[in-house]
Amino acid sequence: MKKVRVATIWLDGCSGCHMSFLDMDERLLEIAQKIDLVYSPYVDQKEIPEDIDLFIVEGALSTDHDLEIIKIIRKNSKKILALGDCAVTGNISAMKNLFGTEAVLKKGYFDLVDLNATGHYPSKMIPKLLDKVIPLNEAIKVDFFVPGCPTPADAIYEVIQGILEERPVNISTLTRFGK
Amino acid sequence: MIKEKVRVKTLKINDMDVTAKSNATILEVANEQGITIPSLCYLEGLSCVGACRLCLVEVKGSSKLVPACTSKIKDGMEVMTNSPRIQKHRKMILSMIFAERTHTCSVCVSNGHCELQNQAIEQGLEHSEVAYIHQKFDIDASHPSYMYDPNRCILCTRCVRVCDEVEGAHALDIFGRGIESKIIHDMDEPWIDSQSCTSCGKCVQVCPTGALFEKGVSATEMTKKKEIVIKLIQTRKER
Repeated sequence: MKKVRVATIWLDGCSGCHMSFLDMDERLLEIAQKIDLVYSPYVDQKEIPEDIDLFIVEGALSTDHDLEIIKIIRKNSKKILALGDCAVTGNISAMKNLFGTEAVLKKGYFDLVDLNATGHYPSKMIPKLLDKVIPLNEAIKVDFFVPGCPTPADAIYEVIQGILEERPVNISTLTRFGK
Repeated sequence: MIKEKVRVKTLKINDMDVTAKSNATILEVANEQGITIPSLCYLEGLSCVGACRLCLVEVKGSSKLVPACTSKIKDGMEVMTNSPRIQKHRKMILSMIFAERTHTCSVCVSNGHCELQNQAIEQGLEHSEVAYIHQKFDIDASHPSYMYDPNRCILCTRCVRVCDEVEGAHALDIFGRGIESKIIHDMDEPWIDSQSCTSCGKCVQVCPTGALFEKGVSATEMTKKKEIVIKLIQTRKER
């Protein structure tokens, strides 16, 4: 049987949902029989490959680079799963929207630091913050939404099994916002 | 003893024939019959305002959906409480409530004990169908015992009504219009400066979300005791 090509990525989030993924423990061995993990923080692969069956995305979209990459992900993936509250709602990542990007940068690079020799915000080599942090579905079409902070391992397992077996899963029975 | 004459009306809810007091609302009759109609602004014993729109139901012969909490029953009425059309609308209504403010369940005092969160589970809403607004409101932490975070307020006005109708103080009201609306104390003063607030805390206990909460509680720690207020209203009525 041909294995399902799965990828995962960690955008603006805390990596807690990736930790939760690992918390599936021995069930990872069972899932590994059915999937090829072709791109992920768990594997060493620099470029986003093509022909991905399921892309699991943790985190909200915060930078111009996030926006660029999510569009490539959409182009290269048959199905996208938004994993966790940051990807689904913006969650904690989006709380800075209440204050605005400028205020957050000022706080981080001027108000709370002892030393900032350049007197500028970092602007080279790192992506530019967007005016507003947004959940995935405000930029691209998302196929599955699996909330949680972090999404419990049991929910991740059930959802992935459901997708692999091509059967519908009632996500609200497994997890919720803030779980 | 002269028995009070009770007028009744007969109607259908979800194809079931029911008889109820003629001045009852659709929501009251449904509750009596064990038919659940989701609601957020409704609280047993308080006046009904139809603010949250979650209890919208379909009435045969009318193209409009009507709020069950403010609609009186009529003879021969045929009500549907859970059609696919209503389910779709409920998801959109919930989405708009979530998107209007910055609820951020994961860090909320009411996480796990929130009526809004519970409605999302019951209606199967796992993401907002509309974009989040992220309008910033200042938190009022001036009161020694309670706090108000308008960022988690759904403007259900349960607090306003309980303060007016049960405590009799009317210390709270709604200020502003549309997405600018918020709950205020007296003439929009800090809570501690309110001359009419008795600090009874009923507003906190009936608040369905983490907008009004007790000071000192951390994320997930705030459990509301709205049952105490409901019981209080019932006891008073029975006197």
